[in-house]
Amino acid sequence: MIKNLKPALILSVMTILMFGFAYPLIIFAIAQIMPEKSIGSPVIVKERVVGFENIGQSFTEDNYFNGRPSAVDYNAASTGGSNKGPTNPEYLAQVQERIDTFLVHNPDIKREDVPSELVTASGSGIDPNITPDAAYIQIPRIANVRNIDEDKLKELVRDNIEKKDLGFLGIEKVNVLKLNLALDNLK
Amino acid sequence: MNTEILGVIFIFILAVLIAFPLGKYISKVFKGEKTLLDFFAPLENFFFRISKIDPNKEMDWKQNMKAMLTINLIWFLWAMLILSFQNILFWNPDSIAAMEPTQAFNTAVSFMTNTNLQHYSGETGASYLSQLVVMCFLQFVSAGTGIAVVALLFKGLSNKSGSNLGNFYNLMLKSCTRILLPVAIVVAVILVINGTPMTFEGAQQVITLQGDTVNVARGPVAPMVSIKQLGTNGGGFFGPNSTHPFENPNFITNIVELISILLIPIAMVVALGFYLNRKKFANIILGVMVVGFLALVIPSIYFEMNGNPEIENMGISQPLGSMEGKEVRFGPASSAMWGIATTCTSNGSVNSMHDSSTPLSGMLQMLGMQLNAFFGGVGVGFINKFTFIILAIFISGLMVGRTPELLGKKIEAKEIKLAIIVALMHPLIILTGTAIAAHTWAVTPDASEFLKWLNNPSYHGFSEMFYEFSSSAANNGSGFEGLGDNTPFWNIGTGIAMLLGRFIPIIGPIAIAGFLSAKKFTPESSGSLKIDSGIFGVVLFSVVVILGALLFFPGLALGPIAEYFSMP
Repeated sequence: MIKNLKPALILSVMTILMFGFAYPLIIFAIAQIMPEKSIGSPVIVKERVVGFENIGQSFTEDNYFNGRPSAVDYNAASTGGSNKGPTNPEYLAQVQERIDTFLVHNPDIKREDVPSELVTASGSGIDPNITPDAAYIQIPRIANVRNIDEDKLKELVRDNIEKKDLGFLGIEKVNVLKLNLALDNLK
Repeated sequence: MNTEILGVIFIFILAVLIAFPLGKYISKVFKGEKTLLDFFAPLENFFFRISKIDPNKEMDWKQNMKAMLTINLIWFLWAMLILSFQNILFWNPDSIAAMEPTQAFNTAVSFMTNTNLQHYSGETGASYLSQLVVMCFLQFVSAGTGIAVVALLFKGLSNKSGSNLGNFYNLMLKSCTRILLPVAIVVAVILVINGTPMTFEGAQQVITLQGDTVNVARGPVAPMVSIKQLGTNGGGFFGPNSTHPFENPNFITNIVELISILLIPIAMVVALGFYLNRKKFANIILGVMVVGFLALVIPSIYFEMNGNPEIENMGISQPLGSMEGKEVRFGPASSAMWGIATTCTSNGSVNSMHDSSTPLSGMLQMLGMQLNAFFGGVGVGFINKFTFIILAIFISGLMVGRTPELLGKKIEAKEIKLAIIVALMHPLIILTGTAIAAHTWAVTPDASEFLKWLNNPSYHGFSEMFYEFSSSAANNGSGFEGLGDNTPFWNIGTGIAMLLGRFIPIIGPIAIAGFLSAKKFTPESSGSLKIDSGIFGVVLFSVVVILGALLFFPGLALGPIAEYFSMP
């Protein structure tokens, strides 16, 4: 092993330079063609960064379309899921509580219409999306709070639907941040 | 048909289709034949010249293993050094602290052994420098090590005589430059195009529409994510891995990453067929792997799409399926497929939280790691399979009364003994580790207050410990992440499990290849056992399943199976 030491050491230094430094720097150089994307696609409103396109943020108030629950309260500096098991009684009580709270805030909605993604936490804790149905179901509440016609809101959601790729890959969804930005821009 | 199911079928077929030409190419690289990427040769030769390594000097199995262990030891020390002093080094814009010694040990071992078990969370526990020169670097060379050793094995199997298996250094470097690097660059660029960041700027503070102040962590993410998938490493830049929208922004990246997970493990078996010119034999092995993979993936997709019965009982609708720990943009079907792909290939990256999977899905994920024989990690996957092939040949030899032989070489007591030791080492590590952990938990008074390990009570808590040791021994690296694993017990315990789980299954089979290589070649005759037949495939599959079922069923019955039956 001793006589292997010197060659192995030098080869290690060379491979560290190549794969630890040169390779990321090559990707960095290529990424400069896409300056916005390379820094994470920030969303800028009135010269202020209000978020990142793909990073979900907390929407809990009644005048916005609400996103999914988050185990880390949408803290994008320390992300993560709940890691609760499917039969954990404490977890199930929490889901029950979320359902009840949702129904209090959305009194027009029937229990069996509440989609599960609105009462379960995502894996990243910063899921930027909900399904179109989860957006539609919040329309009566928002129409009421903001005093906007429901049909106008339906149109807004419809315009913000991101379709499946090639028509069959992925899930139809809306980006909650983009939807709420558009909502603020209504009227 | 549901488009989600159509989607996962599409992804799997695409992965297999790309793996075939890649496998052919890998076989050429191993043999040193002309390829399109020969322009790397001057760079490689420069590396060898200044390290005074003669890449053409062939070595026997012992010399190769010594070289492999020496360079791995250097990498381990390098990783320890950087992780312990990352707080005072450069590229640390978010002022991240140094790792505590047992955590640094665990992390260094984890990335050196291609496991990528993470007892830290990327955005709070590792500086940009560590992410690149420790994690990203080791993700290349540990994968290169795996591919190089399987090349040594191929050489051993193809030799008619002599004990030389090739040169480890040469094969390791070429695996990195000729196989991993080109594909990694392509994948990284696709990721950046789709929104994965590649920046050295620190976290960005934003004030959200609702008026909350949030820091958004980012960094040089793209290059690391691409090699983490291709090299079956799995260690993410961020804590929640590929669930994080920066690591995996949309369904296109989800497809690309999922294919990257499966690609090289499948291609390696294809490469075997081209290398030995025994395509039928390779296809039989590939067939066994595909059948095993499908047997795990189909029920898992079914359970995840069906949703959680406990939540069903609350009277709400689960139109997508079980959504706890999952991202809307991926949905349950592709999340379930990822869960099995990542555990079968010993990758360990996740796009949903496995801890929150429905019980039997969790069991299938564990089985993927425990059987450790369907695809497997880059290079080492086939090495694991090789152990089972030796056992299957021995057993079929006994059944039909023929001399057990592989490609014209007799398999004798010495090889069988080694194969059995290697095959039993894996369950031994998992079961012993889990038993010690479960016992410690049981005898510690007020364990949930004092040890704070388990995030879930009862059967599921046991599953968290069982999963952690399965993942370590299989060099997988995913976790039931609710486990509070950043403690000296778990850092050191799983560190040892990873070391044993990495090096014993490499050294054992390479020794067997060395023994076989030196044996007298006798051409196959009508008296030889036919290994490229469907029947041999059935025997091989049965050996894997029976061995696995016998050894792991009791543990699984205590964890996920018990949990399943406790549900409505």
